[in-house]
Amino acid sequence: MTITAPQKTAPALPPLQPTGWLRYLSFSVDHKVIGLQYLICGFAFYLIGGAMAGAIRTELLSPVSDFMARDVYNQILTLHGTVMIFLWIVPVVNGAFGNYLIPFYVGARDMAYPRLNAVAFWLIPPAGLMLISSYFITGAAQSGWTAYPPLSITTPATGQIIWILSVLLLGGSSIFGGINFIATILKLRRPGLKLMQLPMYCWAMLGTSILVVLSTPVLAGTLIMLSFDIVAHTGFFNPGMGGNVVVYQHLFWFYSHPAVYIMVLPAFGLVSEILPVHCRKPLFGYTTMVYSIMAIVVLGLVVWAHHMFTSGTPPWMRLFFTIATAFIAVPTGIKFFNWLATLWGGRISLNSAVLFSCGFIVNFVLGGITGVALAQVPFDVHVHDTYFVVAHFHYIVYGGSVFVIFASIYHWYPKIIGRMLDEHLGRLHFLLTFIGFNLCFAPQHWLGLNGMPRRVAEYDPQFELVNQISSAGALLMAISTLPFLWNVIASAFYGAIAGDNPWRALTPEWLTSSPPPVENWKGDPPLVTHPYGYGTPGDEIDLNSASGSDLWRSGQ
Amino acid sequence: MLLVLGGLWIGQNINLLPVDASANAPIYDELFRVLFSIGTILFIGIVGLILFSLVRFRRRPGELGDGLAMEGNLPLEVFWTAVPAIVVLFVGLYSYDIYERMGGMVPLGHGNHGSETVADQRVWGGIGSTQDSQTATTTGIPPLPIEVTAMQFAFLFHYPDGDFISGEMHVPVDRPVSLRMEAKDVIHAFWIPEFRLKQDVIPGQPTVLDFTPTRTGTYSIVCAELCGPYHGGMRSSVVVDSTDDFDTWLQSNRKLPVAEA
Amino acid sequence: MTSLTPQNAQLDHVDDHDEDHGSEHPDHRMFGLATFLVADAMTFAGFFAAYLTFKAVNPLMPGAIYELELPLPTLNTILLLVSSATFHRAGVNLRKQQNERCRLWLMLTAMLGLAFLASQMVEYFTLPFGLADNLYASTFYALTGFHGLHVTLGTLMILIVWWQCRTPSGRISANNHFPLEAAELYWHFVDGIWVILFVILYLI
Ligand code: HEA
Ligand code: HEA
Ligand code: CUA
Ligand SMILES: [Cu+2]
Repeated sequence: MTITAPQKTAPALPPLQPTGWLRYLSFSVDHKVIGLQYLICGFAFYLIGGAMAGAIRTELLSPVSDFMARDVYNQILTLHGTVMIFLWIVPVVNGAFGNYLIPFYVGARDMAYPRLNAVAFWLIPPAGLMLISSYFITGAAQSGWTAYPPLSITTPATGQIIWILSVLLLGGSSIFGGINFIATILKLRRPGLKLMQLPMYCWAMLGTSILVVLSTPVLAGTLIMLSFDIVAHTGFFNPGMGGNVVVYQHLFWFYSHPAVYIMVLPAFGLVSEILPVHCRKPLFGYTTMVYSIMAIVVLGLVVWAHHMFTSGTPPWMRLFFTIATAFIAVPTGIKFFNWLATLWGGRISLNSAVLFSCGFIVNFVLGGITGVALAQVPFDVHVHDTYFVVAHFHYIVYGGSVFVIFASIYHWYPKIIGRMLDEHLGRLHFLLTFIGFNLCFAPQHWLGLNGMPRRVAEYDPQFELVNQISSAGALLMAISTLPFLWNVIASAFYGAIAGDNPWRALTPEWLTSSPPPVENWKGDPPLVTHPYGYGTPGDEIDLNSASGSDLWRSGQ
Repeated sequence: MLLVLGGLWIGQNINLLPVDASANAPIYDELFRVLFSIGTILFIGIVGLILFSLVRFRRRPGELGDGLAMEGNLPLEVFWTAVPAIVVLFVGLYSYDIYERMGGMVPLGHGNHGSETVADQRVWGGIGSTQDSQTATTTGIPPLPIEVTAMQFAFLFHYPDGDFISGEMHVPVDRPVSLRMEAKDVIHAFWIPEFRLKQDVIPGQPTVLDFTPTRTGTYSIVCAELCGPYHGGMRSSVVVDSTDDFDTWLQSNRKLPVAEA
Repeated sequence: MTSLTPQNAQLDHVDDHDEDHGSEHPDHRMFGLATFLVADAMTFAGFFAAYLTFKAVNPLMPGAIYELELPLPTLNTILLLVSSATFHRAGVNLRKQQNERCRLWLMLTAMLGLAFLASQMVEYFTLPFGLADNLYASTFYALTGFHGLHVTLGTLMILIVWWQCRTPSGRISANNHFPLEAAELYWHFVDGIWVILFVILYLI
């Protein structure tokens, strides 16, 4: 009811891109093509990273190192972490959905810098392939995804250098993407569209991109220093030459803590798009949601040392970082309660997208609570570098971000392909994933509390049974991928035709055809001032002046 | 209400931790129970809300209408900003208190080791010892100093008292122990799960760790920081002896300067 | 549900595609560059933070030499500051369509940049320590080297701009002065970093 679409149709334009499936392999500058490129490329790396997780869980079936050599285990573990973070979660929640959705949301025909955008994407496949191939050529890096020196200086150099190079490329890609998102959201908004009228995902991406631009360069600088230590034998992080290993950790976590919000803020944004549509309700508390995103951005930059509570930091520092970290629970909590309020009183359609979103809320709250526990120095002193931490972050990265990615695929598949996914397979996928996931990672909390350190190929035999349960869960997760893959591939050919707006959604991407034309709109982009205006009869609000906050100030 | 009580009960009665065998382990467990209670209440509450919403407000077949158009509610928002803020503030202060009781807030680097500390060498982080310096002055038992060296892939324990090196750590029960740790090659971490204590052992930067064992027995020492292929095998054990046993052990080793490597 | 009101039909859509679809708007390009420079500044910030921490907590190893002379870097600071001013003059002249004068100022700026690089080289060769000698030496070379890389890049950009504004109707002109302005912003940025670097490395 609050959408104004100009009636004028623009003259037919010559197509800008090659059409047909081949364009997905081309240097296309169409944001929708780039978004899909990110998604498919990321998913391929997810399968690779997941296969590595499978290898890890197979090794951990027995307390002795029998499935693979110990150094191979460390390589697999390093690759698993790096691939999952830098080639799956970050490119997909940012690059894939950001590129696909942001231009629609701001009412533009493409991103601000389409060519830079294409460059950013095309940095990813070579970097990823280089990283994986290092395993076959010389042996991959084996110092974990954190690459702490002096270990990373003393392990075989070639693998480590390839690791650094590919992470640098991926970081560059992420910076280019971030610049593009900031410019698109701030500068390319359709005239008349105010910031506080943007769909929540735009705010999430704005916050994320600020984090990307501010923190990724620090990682780049740090890795350059590390590579100098390896290649040119400088002594930045080499204690033998007077260097300081703890400085590396500070610099690394200055990036890598914000990186966890880079992985989760966009997911928050996506959930905020999905829930209102399927609950037929406005997003609860739009304004506070925006402020809490910004609060998370600011706080996220000053909590990094909670990863270093046992690395010899001074007491005042531990105290400061404990408090700062725990306070992130407040803005995050606001978002969660707002989602709960969005569900409350809605007309919730229990489809796969909603199930995955709710699965996300449940898992993330658990992961967040263990996170707040970890933030307490005395607690962390016992469980740091144990499976408790592994459980914490898989609850968040898998139970959080990956669940949201699946929810988003169920939600936007009709938009992208023009056909519906099969609901039964979707629910089966959800059920298997949810059970497998909890079976895999819930027992790991206990393992950590009781003395199993992380990153080990061999462990105390008393933990054997619980590890086997965990591995069974991982197997279930692997199996759960099958109905999903089948669903996605088969529905592209045989799925029910979706129509332009199967969910009757109000956000702008649904106000064009599905799949959308090359420049997004046949005519002019519509002006959507109430992306979440569900439930309000169209003639009751003044279309020219009302905004979301006007409405709720006037008492619902 | 029921939720809060249930959460408290679960927090107090379900024990997920191994036995406690050092003076600060019971303190730690107290914190754990509090965190566990709060976490349980929150988690069950939120899951309950979701399940309730999903069932109660699910869309019936054929229903096409929209839900209520409520876009926000200021008092509610204030409420759920304030409650978590108070909770985390409380938890933060409480854990600060716990940490202080564990000795974590002691300024480091000032002669924990008496004559052992090289004056100009800085000591980096770790858990110092309020208890010990107090007990040391009140009860007159000086802490037992041990120098720990970590290397790929073993821990070595040097006892300045008898000037010998052991591959296994022996400590007397109920007497404060003061570790001074340094690594030879890469970062390791010294962890005794039953003591609820962990401290990284860093090359080039000595760290300290003080504790008082309270329960005799043999516990494992685990290296918790990835340090190379055999990181998983880098374990040792600590034997908490009665005071007499410990003295005998110390004596027997003092005779042979280099013992059981 | 969706009421379509044509009230905003008069508003133009944002990306007006006249003939050239993919092209960015100049002002957006400037914005993008500025964002990129923020990122670049963070890289330097990382190096500075590392240097300051090393300095605060890691004593120089016995026997290691780390001594810096002031004259050359002071000269360098002046060179760069002057070059910022000359670059500014070039831009002013270009907008007045005085391409010849613009090119003169550009050339002067490029020469100042080259002089900076040369004197930096001289400093490198006369310093009593090498890249891998000790912690401070390494950080010193990392910082100045990374900055020098920026100066080299900037000088190249100036020379390209110089070449491209040969004629008033060339690639770069009063009508299309974005490349020059981009290079100028970048150059000022590099200067600014140098000033910070000078203060942190040489003065304190
Ligand atoms: C997407 C990724 C992601 C996210 C979002 C988070 C979020 C959080 N993380 Fe996590 N974390 C990781 C990924 C992530 N983490 C990874 C990968 C590691 C390991 C790195 C490695 O070593 O390899 C790690 C490790 C890690 C550590 C270090 C552990 C150690 O190594 O010893 C700590 C310690 O403080 C921590 C804390 C937190 C906290 C407090 C949050 C908070 O943001 C969580 C806030 C959310 C909630 C609290 C839930 C919702 C809130 C409410 C319902 C309100 C009410 C709640 C309360 C009052 C408590 N994390
Ligand atoms: C960021 C995202 C992310 C994701 C999604 C995952 C997903 C999984 N992770 Fe990951 N993990 C990390 C990030 C992630 N992890 C990080 C950062 C570390 C730390 C690394 C370090 O310490 O340096 C880590 C470490 C880590 C460990 C600890 C290893 C150790 O410390 O010794 C374990 C152990 O159980 C584990 C397990 C799993 C499992 C079972 C999954 C499962 O959820 C995976 C499920 C997916 C599949 C099972 C894929 C399904 C497809 C197939 C199986 C088909 C096969 C395909 C082909 C053959 C092409 N992970
Ligand atoms: Cu030593 Cu791990
Ligand atoms: Cu963190």
